[in-house]
Amino acid sequence: MTPKKTTKGMVAGNVIMWVVALLFLFPAVWIVLCSFKPGNELFSIPPTLFPKNPSFSSYLTTWQQNNFLHYFVNSMIVAVASTLITLLINTMAGFAFAKYRFKGRDFIFMALLTTMMLPTEVIMRPTFTVVSTLGLYNTLWGVIIPPIATPTGIFLMRQYFMGVPDSLLESARIDGAGEVRIFATMMVPLAKPVISTLTILSFMWRWNDYVWPMLVISDQSKYTMQLAIANLVGELSIDWNTLLCASVISMVPMLIVFALFQKQIIASVMTSGLKEG
Amino acid sequence: MEPTKTVKLKKASKLGAEQRRTGYLFILPNCIIFVLFFIIPAVLGFYYSLTEYNGFGSPEFIGFANYAKLFSDTSFYKILWHTFLYVLLTVPTVFVAALAIAMGLTRVWIRGRDFMRISVFWPTMISTVIVGLIWRWIFGENSGIVNYLLSLLKGSGLPWLTDSTLAMVTLVIATVWSKAGYFMIIFVGAIEAIPTSYYEAAYLDGAKPWQVFRRITFPLLKPTNFMVILLCMINSFKEYPMILSLTGGGPADATTNIVQYIYKTGFERSDIGYASAASMVMFVILVLIAILQFKLQKGGSNE
Repeated sequence: MTPKKTTKGMVAGNVIMWVVALLFLFPAVWIVLCSFKPGNELFSIPPTLFPKNPSFSSYLTTWQQNNFLHYFVNSMIVAVASTLITLLINTMAGFAFAKYRFKGRDFIFMALLTTMMLPTEVIMRPTFTVVSTLGLYNTLWGVIIPPIATPTGIFLMRQYFMGVPDSLLESARIDGAGEVRIFATMMVPLAKPVISTLTILSFMWRWNDYVWPMLVISDQSKYTMQLAIANLVGELSIDWNTLLCASVISMVPMLIVFALFQKQIIASVMTSGLKEG
Repeated sequence: MEPTKTVKLKKASKLGAEQRRTGYLFILPNCIIFVLFFIIPAVLGFYYSLTEYNGFGSPEFIGFANYAKLFSDTSFYKILWHTFLYVLLTVPTVFVAALAIAMGLTRVWIRGRDFMRISVFWPTMISTVIVGLIWRWIFGENSGIVNYLLSLLKGSGLPWLTDSTLAMVTLVIATVWSKAGYFMIIFVGAIEAIPTSYYEAAYLDGAKPWQVFRRITFPLLKPTNFMVILLCMINSFKEYPMILSLTGGGPADATTNIVQYIYKTGFERSDIGYASAASMVMFVILVLIAILQFKLQKGGSNE
């Protein structure tokens, strides 16, 4: 497929690719480095690559005085609760769409998938009306519940369960197991790989979500990380020391997830190629 | 008729009924959420668009007056133009960047491919609010690193965020950084799925790498290309948090897109009827894109 000996073109190709990769790496690294520059050092000209007097002082201010500890906890509650419910209901739905025959099945499946195409952003105002009518306005539940029915999740689960042989179900039925029991004790354990993929994806979506918290939350004590950060950016004089630290703090959970499950995340993108904000 | 058969049939239909019931039961929670937070708001949005409503009291029915007003509103056309401009600039840039990087990172003679894939993919996991913020810091006019480097090269920086053209440029750069990695991985998957025998035959015939790409790789990627363009278009149309934290929609309205316009009209100015009419226009645009894409893709696969 490729020539064996090293050519000038190959050297150039390697150089170009490394430049591109480092350019992609730079912005996030730069933010991390800058976040350790205390006070006015952040704005010093010429800027230094590494902080001259690295300090955690901005982190302490961000975390305690500026309440980001609180927003971090809120974000965690939202992301974890939302992900747990998503796993439960998407696994159930995916299994039903794959293994049961009932009227309207394919129509309902397609209808659910089309939501992927049409984002909530277009119908923000009427959605807000529904949220407040249900009494979810300004509650964390209002951030947790609306996005749980992820079409991508249903799709992934359905794909996976379609690969499970029917004979497995049949033999369990002959043994007299009820449908719910078959699902809970046989199918869920079988679906572990896809469940863990969806866990990662859902946690990421909910952790990074901005639109739902923005619609639902008005009370500062219920802000999530993204909402608090976005509101700080909107202020007239931007407190960059706090913002950079808050951004780094908000990236840390994603970095941990990515470090742990990097292969799985990349594989899931490669095979499904599905995305939901 | 043998008695055993009826028993079996009875049992089978009983089983079928149980399965049907379980099926409906299992999809019910998703369907409730779908109806509550998608169907009802969509219908309500259409209804609002036919009314004059400020959030208090009850909506007053005014027919298609909002649409008539919208289509004669020059500021709405301006917003639509910004939205399309952003889409027209980002979709090809992201597409080409993702495909080019994917081609590079599937060459076996590139060293450190795994690391490079990770470094290009990682930004896609960062929330778009923070993506905007990162680039706002980098392109900062007084203390940004880009302007510092430019001032070393040519004596002064550029007004990245106060000039409307440059603000759009920074948005495109931020978008490429935040989206290309995702589509790059999709392309890598698709490129690696192409059987190597195709290439071997071409190289035996003396084809140049560029010809191989144009005649073999690119045509075989057709389904992936369509999917990437569609996803990328939808992403760009609804991009809102990144624009909000990078440019705030400014300078003036230069980077305000339709989502921000809907938000401003619907929430800040409480002109809910008018905002809903704009929502419906965006809805129709998105549906048209999806249909067009679907049609084109079908046409492509028939070839």
